[in-house]
Amino acid sequence: MNSLKLRTAGMAVSAAALSISLVACGSSGPAGTGASADSATMWGLTGGDQPVFQASVDSWNKAHPDSAIKLDFFANDAYKTKVRTAVGAGQGPTLVYGWGGGVLKSYVDAGQVDDLTGFLKDNPDVQGRYLPSILESGVIDGKTYALPNNKVQPVVLYYNKEVFEKIGAEPPKTWDELMALVPKFKDAGVAPFSLGGQSKWPDLMWLEYLVDRIGGPEVFANIAANKPDAWSDPAVIEALTKIQELVDAGGFINGFSSIAADSNADQALLYTGKAAMILQGSWIYQGMKKDAADFVSSGKLGYTPFPTVEGGKGDPANVVGNPSNFWSVSSKATEEQKKTALEYVKDGMFNDENVQSLIDSGAVPVVTGIEDKLAASPDKDFLTYVYGMAKDAPDFTLSWDQALSPAQGDAMLANLDQIFLKKITPEQFASTMNATIGK
Amino acid sequence: MSATTTTPPRAPAAKRATDTRRTLEKGPSGWLAVPALAFFMLFAILPLLGVLFLSFTRWDGLGEIKLDGLSSWNTVLADPVTGNALLVTAKIMFFSFIVQAPISLLLGVFTAASQKYRAALAVLYFVPLLLSSAAVAIAFKALLDPNFGLGPGLGLPLLAQDWLGNSDLVLFVVVFVIAWQFVPFHTLIYQGGVRQIPASLYEAAQIDGAGRIQQFFNITLPQLKYTMITSSTLMVVGSLAYFDLVFVLTAGGPGYSTRLLPLHMYLTGFKANDMGAASALGVILVVIGLALALFLQRLGGKNRNASQLEGA
Repeated sequence: MNSLKLRTAGMAVSAAALSISLVACGSSGPAGTGASADSATMWGLTGGDQPVFQASVDSWNKAHPDSAIKLDFFANDAYKTKVRTAVGAGQGPTLVYGWGGGVLKSYVDAGQVDDLTGFLKDNPDVQGRYLPSILESGVIDGKTYALPNNKVQPVVLYYNKEVFEKIGAEPPKTWDELMALVPKFKDAGVAPFSLGGQSKWPDLMWLEYLVDRIGGPEVFANIAANKPDAWSDPAVIEALTKIQELVDAGGFINGFSSIAADSNADQALLYTGKAAMILQGSWIYQGMKKDAADFVSSGKLGYTPFPTVEGGKGDPANVVGNPSNFWSVSSKATEEQKKTALEYVKDGMFNDENVQSLIDSGAVPVVTGIEDKLAASPDKDFLTYVYGMAKDAPDFTLSWDQALSPAQGDAMLANLDQIFLKKITPEQFASTMNATIGK
Repeated sequence: MSATTTTPPRAPAAKRATDTRRTLEKGPSGWLAVPALAFFMLFAILPLLGVLFLSFTRWDGLGEIKLDGLSSWNTVLADPVTGNALLVTAKIMFFSFIVQAPISLLLGVFTAASQKYRAALAVLYFVPLLLSSAAVAIAFKALLDPNFGLGPGLGLPLLAQDWLGNSDLVLFVVVFVIAWQFVPFHTLIYQGGVRQIPASLYEAAQIDGAGRIQQFFNITLPQLKYTMITSSTLMVVGSLAYFDLVFVLTAGGPGYSTRLLPLHMYLTGFKANDMGAASALGVILVVIGLALALFLQRLGGKNRNASQLEGA
């Protein structure tokens, strides 16, 4: 009890003193029918899924006026900061939106989220609806703490078919082909790759895929397992060297380090033809479907797996990205709130209406038996491609910044940024990161 | 005399006069300061002590707070990023002062005069004061975008630089945007200062044959001494608190190029979740801020309580 008081006091102190002006740009949805101060709460992300979550909660609230849910949305980076501060102060939402991995583990270690293993055992229907490999990402030490709540998100190499046709190029199948394309696009006055470098996490997709293609998934498995000197693996050094070669060749668009991915500026460069390719998560399809409907519907958007690297050990079918996003249930919520939350997870989420609205938004829900629905969608080409990519992947590596502990993840993104800016060498990166192992 | 009639008979007028004089000499009752003092204790001193305590602990914001001696301080002081953040802060402080002080002084003098067109211009100058830092940052981020911004939009290659992505340019861009936002505020201070200067001084100088320039250097500037100290203190100490604008504009990047000390503190605390180190940085920030404020107040000289308007 004492330590709890101390913690709460500590949180209040740091919130008052450190947060000069915390970015808390939450946007409340329309006031839910009958949602009151005691209602269960839910925090989601702005962007492609926002209307899907809103529709799902709205129809839940209409059908269950006595156990309504209050839903708020936040921008990605702002959310990650806000939710952690709120959970630490015992002010978090009933349903905590997350990515699994190291961040989830830190909540579990602090006793902030409930064990849902019993809930799954009592509700085999819930367990049975998910693709099993994806359910696995919410498991910590054999217990389930988080349940998938939206869509599979492999990282895909998108390209602008129109730009490719103009210079008569084919999408790259190997790293050498990719490097050979760089001068061709530059001569044509088009940037080879768009990149949201200010957000830092898009940089990471390059490292994740290159390390996987060169050294296979074991390299990152060793890093995640906190093996000493795991960052000095030759595959990491080679991947970082390749990234710097691509930067030197002018592979990334002018000013990439000031482009923020949260504002979708990176994908805008692709569909306006200013950049030929972009390596991004499958979720940007939803954004482009909304912001550049003509570009997507006229079939100008191409997508392909990340190229192979000559002599690399990784299976070319391996995928990196986010298996899904997840709901965890806050252990600080009242019994009433928890009951509402779990009932929603059971009956409100992934019902026919919810699955269909996810597919209509241009995403692949993480449930089984949706092949027919995907095939009937106007976006069937992309959706079946993503579904197959995720289902057939021998290995699906979770985004490293989410898989690692928050402190290590932050250090990694800061140092990778320095790699893209050529301020440090791959060896310096490895030694700095080795020092963070176990933190 | 009406006052004496309402006074109870046992308090003679003479005694009341002494009371009034005593109040004037000693200032009003100390009790009047209690509400302000209580708020200051609650919202400034207490959190400060809390931060000092946290700087000797290790805490990730979620789990237990563990006492950990000087290890957070060692981390912070050994980290090259801290040194870099101090350097960036010092540079921003220096350039901000160099840019803002002369511009706001001249604009303040200009807008202090009473012509109608000056008043109209003054209203325009003060517009940035009405905008929030986040809005200013978002607007400039869009204008300076190397692919979709003002330069490429108008087809002007000179404006199509990689303003926010070039490590060498970005610092000056930040200084410019900060100046754009804060010059109006300091202009307002100077405008008020100039309007306080008695017209008789200028009349006397005109009779003695002093020109405009001479009047500016020999009357306006010396008379504005204390205004300058106030404005400079706000400028210099304020530059320790630039956070929201830089956070939205560059997020401290590219790399560490615009990672100011307060931003470094925030990112350490709320992104890397190292509250101990962030608190140590907070303590450093407070110490530097206090030292600078004291130093600038000293610049006012020993006779800083003397009247500015002597001989007027």
